[in-house]
Amino acid sequence: MLSRARPAAVRTLRTLSTWSAVPAGPPDPILGVTEAFKADKDPRKINLGVGAYRDENGKPYVLPSVLKAEEIITASKADKEYLPITGLADFTKLAAKLAYGADSAPLQEGRISSTQSISGTGALRIGGAFLARHYPHSKTIFLPVPSWGNHTPVFRDSGLEVKGYRYFDKKTVGLDFAGLKEDLRNAPEKSIVLLHACAHNPTGVDPTPEQWAEISDICKERGLFPFFDMAYQGFASGNTARDAFALRHFVKEGHQVALAQSFAKNMGLYGERVGLFSLTTSSPEEKARVDSQVKIIVRPMYSNPPIHGARIAGTILGSPELYTQWESEVAGMANRIISMRDKLYDTLTHDLKTPGEWRHIKSQIGMFSFTGLTPPQTKALAEKAHIYMTGDGRISMAGLNGGNIVYFAEGVNAAVRGDL
Amino acid sequence: MASSRVSQLLGHVQTPAGECSLCILPRHRQVHTCGPNAQKYGSSIFKLTAAYKADTFADKVNLGVGAYRDDDNKPWVLPVIKKAKAILANDEALDHEYLPITGLPEFTSAAARLILSPDSVALKEGRVASVQTISGTGANHLGALFLSRFYEFNGEKQVFLSNPTWINHLAIFKNVGIAPIYYPYYDPKTIGLDFAGFVNSLRNAPKRSVFLLHACAHNPTGVDPTPEQWEQLADVILEQGHYAFFDCAYQGFASGDLDRDASAVRYFEQRGVPMLICQSFAKNAGLYGERIGALHVIGSTKAEADRVKSQLSVLQRSEISNPPSHGARLVSMILNDPQLFAEWQRDIKTMAQRIIDMRDRLFDILTNKLKTPGNWDHIVNQIGMFSFTGINAEQVNALIEKAHIYLTANGRISMAGLNSNNIDYFAENLDKAVRGTL
Repeated sequence: MLSRARPAAVRTLRTLSTWSAVPAGPPDPILGVTEAFKADKDPRKINLGVGAYRDENGKPYVLPSVLKAEEIITASKADKEYLPITGLADFTKLAAKLAYGADSAPLQEGRISSTQSISGTGALRIGGAFLARHYPHSKTIFLPVPSWGNHTPVFRDSGLEVKGYRYFDKKTVGLDFAGLKEDLRNAPEKSIVLLHACAHNPTGVDPTPEQWAEISDICKERGLFPFFDMAYQGFASGNTARDAFALRHFVKEGHQVALAQSFAKNMGLYGERVGLFSLTTSSPEEKARVDSQVKIIVRPMYSNPPIHGARIAGTILGSPELYTQWESEVAGMANRIISMRDKLYDTLTHDLKTPGEWRHIKSQIGMFSFTGLTPPQTKALAEKAHIYMTGDGRISMAGLNGGNIVYFAEGVNAAVRGDL
Repeated sequence: MASSRVSQLLGHVQTPAGECSLCILPRHRQVHTCGPNAQKYGSSIFKLTAAYKADTFADKVNLGVGAYRDDDNKPWVLPVIKKAKAILANDEALDHEYLPITGLPEFTSAAARLILSPDSVALKEGRVASVQTISGTGANHLGALFLSRFYEFNGEKQVFLSNPTWINHLAIFKNVGIAPIYYPYYDPKTIGLDFAGFVNSLRNAPKRSVFLLHACAHNPTGVDPTPEQWEQLADVILEQGHYAFFDCAYQGFASGDLDRDASAVRYFEQRGVPMLICQSFAKNAGLYGERIGALHVIGSTKAEADRVKSQLSVLQRSEISNPPSHGARLVSMILNDPQLFAEWQRDIKTMAQRIIDMRDRLFDILTNKLKTPGNWDHIVNQIGMFSFTGINAEQVNALIEKAHIYLTANGRISMAGLNSNNIDYFAENLDKAVRGTL
């Protein structure tokens, strides 16, 4: 037992505390919504903030295929040893295959560098750091306006400059395609462009396949480097191949791409942090060099990724039975969301005759909908109706269900009319 | 060829404070044989492991990476962890939802109590900002990143690291723009602690410097300060206004006793040293791949700790958003349930004791049976998973190439890689290597 040292006149320099100048950090705009929701005691409260799927009863949904995979893993009595820096090979191979497609040339030719990541955020961060260090032509990344709130700090902290390209048209509540094309054409050659592969977050507005083809052409013209963020494969249309169309089109067209993939939503593995960062390269030899540089980025941040979630995902992707079961579960989630969209549209338009045009609720895709509500309206909804969403008017459709959708519609109706 | 050899040598000579770029031998080594083989196995644990895996020799021995192995050389999932896993598996209410940005609260508060003790004044006063991290590496990274953003460095952003230290420490700090500088630590003459050099370095460093301290079971040397030495270190650190960056990856693993292994950290907190603690459950809970750890930053008031935590949260959000759930749930269970906690203490003792037994046996074989030249006291004086044998790079290479015994170029062995089946084989070949007869 260590005793106190002799009480010599050892004056410390603690008059000024080490951290006295540290300012309070702002609450996270998205995750902070859940905190506010949790603090609310009203029984009617609804959380439409964070993009986590909820079932018809408003409960988290653990996919049956995930439960089955966990049983298999438990029975296998697997150990808990360190994974390699780039992650579980059985997972990374199959995750890349899910995204790029089994017949993808770079996949078949072994020239995709794949690294298991801390879900989508971690993949974006690895990608940002890799591009900041090794992309020779630019240190600027263009994000769609708006984009997921965390994109900006992720890329800025990676060492990239963050700029925007027009994306969402408030007037049409749809895609500002002319603005998008103009901004991409005006971006400096070889800039990095972030593209939401499907189910754009926060707007739910996606380009059509024809529009994607045009975007691909412009990227070729300007030598723009496409960085895809795919957090909703399977979740958008209910079909994993269809949701990967944009990515696969670009690869077929000969672009070299970077991809951030998340299994948080489509496998419900949120807190297990399962994701993949990948880069298409020109040869297996180049892939090996890229791998070695990615490892240099990962090692001083967290050494190697967590094993549990990757095993679950790898087990599902690697078993034909479980894979088929999983695909139907993802379709089930996507379909419930689509039915909520239909119901919300009907209630607002036909039942409540809410002022404004609400067709975008049906035409938008994926987990989120940009309602068009203003910050004051969203604030009023939180304070008066105990309905929580992010300040930009984004709602997670997954938070709606048969039990709360009418209450929600009534709240929106009142907010729009100024009656809250 | 010749010019690349020359540039290799030049690279070695010009490398700043402390390490050869090829093999991480301490700089004060006079004879520095960095031949082409050193680069082959050199400083990469992963390369070493890969070479071991590729080796088809039946009696090969892996004394490289620091993961515990049982006496059959198998990874050991702790019995208490198996129990905890079974409980989780049967918990129907369990889901995979996101944790808060700063992690599972039941985990972080219990982890803080574990290292600081439930009696900690800082804890009682709410002055500890705790964040769940991706194991020890994640804690070190987040702590270093936080310092690089918010610490008021006295001049250049630099950190003092023990010579030698865990190799990843250098990369972690460089990665966030903090330059590593070595302080004297290991004395190759005594194969022990260069205490005078250490204290001198503390006195001569600019005031308010950041010093990284291994809480127990120093990696890679296994050489720890005594309790009396820790007291003196605290005196000088307080005098100079230095900041203590504790890395605690082996609590319980060093002596077998969780409280004893935490005594340096707790003493420093009692003395009021400005400090943070990086904590890993990779080794002591055998949860390596689950990546479970924590960072604890101690503030001087609760309000200050809250502000610190809010900034740690901002940093964490832009890198990982929130930490992985599974390992946190397992550790939270064993820390918060008295029965499971007692079983965990038992399992830790099992591991620590097996390592201590291996140390005793190795010492006995070398000293009494083989009468290997040299003094081998350090094998039993050193503590924890690693031992600095004191052999040089040539001897290391001989062990690898001739005897298929894999260890890092600095002569470090992982005691956990020794067991009753291979300890004689290892001792005999170590003996030959020392004698130059391999």
